[in-house]
Amino acid sequence: MFVFLARRLMSGFVLVAVVGSLTFVTMSLSGTDPVRNLLGENATQEQVDARAAQLGLDRPLPERYLDWAVSAVQGDLGTSWVNNASVSQVIGQRLPVSLSLVIASTLVTALVSVALGIAAAVRKGFLDRLVQVLAVAGYALPNFWVALVLVSFFAISLRLLPATGYTPLTTDPGKWALGLVLPVAALAIGTIASTTQQVRAATVDVLEHDFVRTLRSRGLPSRSIVGVHVLRNAAGPALTVLSLQFVALLAGTVVIERVFALPGVGSMVVSSATAGDLPMVLGIVTVMVVVVVVVNLLVDVATGWLNPKVRAR
Amino acid sequence: MTPKSQPGLGRRLLRNPLAVGSVTVLLAIVLAALLAPVLTSWDPSQASAREILLPPGGEHLLGTDSAGRDILARLLHGTRFTLLGAVLVIGVAFVIAVPAGMIAGYFGGRIDAALSWISDLLMSIPNLVIVLAFITVLGPRTTIVMLIFGVLFAPGTYRLTRSATRAVRRELYIDAAQVSGLSDLRIIRRHVLRRVRSPLMIQASIAAGVAIVLQSSLDFLGVGDPRDPRWGQMINDAFLNIYRAPLMILWPGLAIGITVAALALLGSALRDEIEATSSRRGRSARVRPQAKPTDPAEGLLTIRGLRIAYGEVEVVHGVDLSVQPGEVLGVVGESGSGKSQTLFAALGLLSPGGRITEGAAWVDGQPVAWPGSPDSAVTALRGRTIGYVPQEPMANLDPSFTVGHQLVEPLRHHLKLSRSQARLRALELLKRVGIPDPERTFSAYPHQISGGMAQRVLIAGAISCSPRLLVADEPTTALDVTVQAEVLELLRGIQKDEGMGMIVITHNLGVVADICDRVAVMQNGQVVENGSVRDVFARPQHSYTKMLLASTLEGAASRVQLDSEAAR
Amino acid sequence: MSAPLLQIKNLMVDAPGRRWRQPHHRILHGVDLSVGQGQTVGLVGESGSGKTTIGRVVLGLFPHTSGEVRFDGQPMPARRERGAQVQAVFQDPYSSLNPAMTIGDILTEPLLAARWSRTDAQARISELLDRVAMPAGTLRRYPREFSGGQRQRIAIARALAREPRLIVCDEPVSALDLSTQARVLDLLIEVQRDTGVALLFISHDLAVVRRISHRIAVIQSGRIVEEGEVEQVADDPTHDYTRRLMTASPLPDPDRQAERRAAWLELTRTTKE
Repeated sequence: MFVFLARRLMSGFVLVAVVGSLTFVTMSLSGTDPVRNLLGENATQEQVDARAAQLGLDRPLPERYLDWAVSAVQGDLGTSWVNNASVSQVIGQRLPVSLSLVIASTLVTALVSVALGIAAAVRKGFLDRLVQVLAVAGYALPNFWVALVLVSFFAISLRLLPATGYTPLTTDPGKWALGLVLPVAALAIGTIASTTQQVRAATVDVLEHDFVRTLRSRGLPSRSIVGVHVLRNAAGPALTVLSLQFVALLAGTVVIERVFALPGVGSMVVSSATAGDLPMVLGIVTVMVVVVVVVNLLVDVATGWLNPKVRAR
Repeated sequence: MTPKSQPGLGRRLLRNPLAVGSVTVLLAIVLAALLAPVLTSWDPSQASAREILLPPGGEHLLGTDSAGRDILARLLHGTRFTLLGAVLVIGVAFVIAVPAGMIAGYFGGRIDAALSWISDLLMSIPNLVIVLAFITVLGPRTTIVMLIFGVLFAPGTYRLTRSATRAVRRELYIDAAQVSGLSDLRIIRRHVLRRVRSPLMIQASIAAGVAIVLQSSLDFLGVGDPRDPRWGQMINDAFLNIYRAPLMILWPGLAIGITVAALALLGSALRDEIEATSSRRGRSARVRPQAKPTDPAEGLLTIRGLRIAYGEVEVVHGVDLSVQPGEVLGVVGESGSGKSQTLFAALGLLSPGGRITEGAAWVDGQPVAWPGSPDSAVTALRGRTIGYVPQEPMANLDPSFTVGHQLVEPLRHHLKLSRSQARLRALELLKRVGIPDPERTFSAYPHQISGGMAQRVLIAGAISCSPRLLVADEPTTALDVTVQAEVLELLRGIQKDEGMGMIVITHNLGVVADICDRVAVMQNGQVVENGSVRDVFARPQHSYTKMLLASTLEGAASRVQLDSEAAR
Repeated sequence: MSAPLLQIKNLMVDAPGRRWRQPHHRILHGVDLSVGQGQTVGLVGESGSGKTTIGRVVLGLFPHTSGEVRFDGQPMPARRERGAQVQAVFQDPYSSLNPAMTIGDILTEPLLAARWSRTDAQARISELLDRVAMPAGTLRRYPREFSGGQRQRIAIARALAREPRLIVCDEPVSALDLSTQARVLDLLIEVQRDTGVALLFISHDLAVVRRISHRIAVIQSGRIVEEGEVEQVADDPTHDYTRRLMTASPLPDPDRQAERRAAWLELTRTTKE
C-alpha cells in the first residue's frame, strides 16, 4: 500500500511538472504574438517590441522557463500582464469560490447518482427507463443553457433564489449556500446523468456475478446483499467515474461562473484569455492540474483501500 | 473476400424505431445545413438597427436578435459550423487514438505503458481551460481550436480502442492466426479492426454530441470566431438580453439539444443492436401465477412435473425428482440438459428471465416453488434447511470481503449469534472442512486462497447453519483431479456425519459412482432414467444412458490397443 | 532411428513479474521432451503445472528463457515458416474461431497468408471439410451456428490446411461433452493415420491422454516427473504423483471406484507422512 501511494505521488508530481512545462513552452513558442494580442491589432511593431522587452520576453526561452519554474515551485506564479497583480494572490482569492462550487457539485453528483443508479439496476422497470431518459436529457442540454433556464425561472420569474453573485462562507453561511444552489444544479445535472448511467452499468455487472447467487442461496435478505456486497463492489468503478467527472466539473466552472457572475478562477481564465494575460492563464492551468492531481491521489487511496488486492501489497 | 463483420446490423437498425427516428432527425439536420440558403432568404449576418429583438412571427419567423439579425437564418447557417466542427474533432481524435489504442492493446508492454500514461495525462486536464490557454496565445481560430479539442478527445477513444483490442487479444483465434503465420499487421487488420469497429461507432456518435456542446460553450463565452453565426453565440446574445427577450434563449438551446439527443439516441440504438446478439434471452415469458399447491409431498425434496422457460423457449419439460433424508442423489447429464436449471428453480435462484411455467417443488412437505410463487416461499429455507455449493469456487466468493466475513454473515442472520460466537463457529467450520490454518484463512481475502481452498470455504458456508439438504452444482468440475478427490471425500464425510440429504449435479459419471446412492439421468430437459446407481450403471435401460456409459474413456481401449486392432 | 521431429532440451521459462522490478517467476525448470514423426505424445498435468506453457513455447506464442526447441534437427523457424510445419488446436472452440468471419474465411486465411491462389485455397478447404466430416454448406455459415464438437472439427481442419508435420493440441476436448469428446479423439487418430502428422497432446485428463497417445509425459510444477510408453505410464505408473493422478480420477462403476478410492486414500496417507 505504501509503495503504491509513493508511486502515485511521484506520478502526480511528474504530471504537474509536465503539464506546467508543456503549457509554458507552447505558450512561449509563439514569440511576440501574445503581446500583439495583448496590445490589440492597432499597435505598431515598436510598441510590441518595447512591451515584449519590458515583460522580459527578449530573454532566451530556457532562461525564462527556469525562472518561471523555480518561482512556481516556491508558490510564486508571476504577475499579471494586464494589471501587475500577483497571479498567486489572485488565484488564492478566487480558488475557494470555484472549489466550493465543484466540490458541492461532486458531492451532489455522488449522492444522487449512486442512489439512482443502484435503484435503477435493482428495481428496473419505470425507474430504469426514467434514468435512461434523464441521461439523454442531461447529456444533450449544455450546462450553460440549463443555467440560463434555471435563472430565468427561479431567479427572474419566481424570485426565489439569487440570480448572480457570491457570498463568502465566512461572511454568511446561509447566503453562501443559497447562492450556490442554482450554479450547483446547473453544473451537476450533466454529470449526474452520465454518472448515474455508469453506476447503473457497474451495479448490473456486479449483480450478474455468481457470488450474488451464492449469497442469496445462504438466505441473506436482498437488502443486505445490495446494501453491503453490491454497493461495495460497485464503489470502485463509481469512484473512478467520479474522479473523471471532477475534471469535467472543473472545466464547467469556466462557463457556469460566467452565467452566475461568480468570482472564481473559471471566470478569471475567460477574461484573462480574452485580454491575452498569459501569466494568469498559465498560473490557473497549473493550479487546476495540481487540484486534479490531489483529487486523483485521494481517489486512488480510496479505490486502493476498497480493493483488497491493492491493499495487500 | 467481403468482410461481413456484423451480418444484418444495417437491417436490424432499420427495424429499430429509435435508430430510424434518430437517423431521420440527423439527416434533416444535415439537410438543413446544406440547404440553409434555400430555406431562408435572410442573410444571417445582415444587421438592422430598426429591427432589434423582434418577437417571433411576421417576416422574421423566430424574431431577430440584439443586432436585428434574423434568428432562423442564424440557426440554419449555424448548423454548418456545428456539424463541421464536430466532424473535425471526431476525425482528429480517431486518427490519433485508434491506431495508438490498437498498438497499445495488441502489443502491451512498455509501449502500452507509455501511451496510456500520455492518455491519463491528457485526461487530467480540464479541456475548456486548456483550450482557453491556447486561445490566449493563438487568438480565436476555429480550426485550431477544433484540432486541440480533437487531441483532448483522443484519450476517451484511445481507452476504448485499447480495452477492446486487449479483449480481442485474449481470444484464441488471435493465437490461431499467429500460429497460421499471419503477420501482426495482417492480424490487426483482419481480426482486431472488425471487433473494435462497433464500439467505435457508438463512441463516435456520443463524442460528436460532447464536441458540439463544448464548441458552443466556447462560442457562448465569446471567445469563438465572432464572424460566423454560432449557436453558442446566440445563447450568449439571449443571455445578455434575458430580461428583455426571454424567449430568445429557447431556439439555439433546442437546436443543440435536438442534435445532441439524436446523436445520443443513435448511439444507444447502435449499442442495443450490437449487444443484442449476445443477450436476447432477457425477456421473460408471461406466466399466469397459480395458487400454492395443496397436495402433500413426502420426502426431503420433491419435484413434480416441473417445466421452466426462458422467454418463449422451454428448457425443462416436466421433471420429477425426489430425495429422502440422508440419501445422495446424482443428477447427471450433458450441457444443456437442464439439470442445473431444475434445481435452481427449486431453490428460487433462476437467472433473470427464467420462470417456472408448470409443476412445483416441495421441501419437507412445504411447497417452495410453483408458477408465480413469491420469493418469500423459499427465502426462509435457504441457508437454514437447504445449503448450496456452487460450481466455480473463485467466482462464488465476494472478492471485496474476507472469507471470515462471508461465513459470519449468515450465521449472525440465521442463528442470531453474537459477533464473537459467530467467529468461533466459523473457525470450527473451517477446521471441519479440513483447512489447515483456520485463523489465517478466516482473515484472508478470496484472491489469497487456492481454488480447492475456496471450494472448502464454500462448503463450510453451505453447511454453516446445519441444513438438512445440500445441493451441490458441479462441485468439482472447476478443480484439478487430485483436489476433486479430496473435495468428494470431504462431501462424503460431511454427508455421513450430518445425515443430510444431498443432490450432486454433475456431468461426470465417475463422480456419481463415487458418491451417489441414486441417479437421475437427464437429457434435453427430461429425466430419461432414474434408479439406484448400481442398477443403472450395470443395466442401463435408456439408449442415452447406454451411450453415455459407452463414451466414457476410463478403462476404454488405449492407443496401443486401438492401433493393434486397426492393424488386424 | 532418425532424429525426432520435435526435440525440447532443458527448457526453462520465466514469467515476467507483474510490475516493474518484481522478480521473475519460473514456470518451467528444465524440461526435456521429444515427439517422433507421426507419433502422439501426451503431456498430462494439473493447472499451473506448466503444460500449456510448453505448448505455447513450441508455437512461438511465449518466449523461453533458456534451453532449446529443435524441429526436424534444426532450430525452430520464425513465424511465417513455422506456420507451414507446426499448427495448433486450442481448448475453447468458442474463442478459437473469429465469430465475425464465415467458416470459409476462417479456413482460407492460413492459405492466403501463405500466398496460395484463391482457387487452390477453395479446392483445398472443400477437401478439408470432407476430411473432418463437415457438410460442404458449412463454408458460408458463421461459427455460432455450430456446436462445440463441430467447431472443434473446423479448428482441426484449419490446423490441417497447410499439411503441417506437427499439431499442438492444447486441451482440445476438455470443453466438450463426454459423447463428443470420444468422437473428436477418434477423428484426430484417423487424421494422424492418414496424414502421418505428429501430435503433442496436452491435457489434464489421464484417460483422454491414454486414448490417443503413444507416449505419455507427466508434468508437475514445471518438471517432467515420469515419461514412457502409454500403457506403462497410464496403467502401471511408477512415480507417486502419476499414481495419485490415476487413482484420483473416479471410475463410472461403483464397485471398482470404491477400490480405486481406497487405493487413493492409502496413497495420500503414505505420501503425506
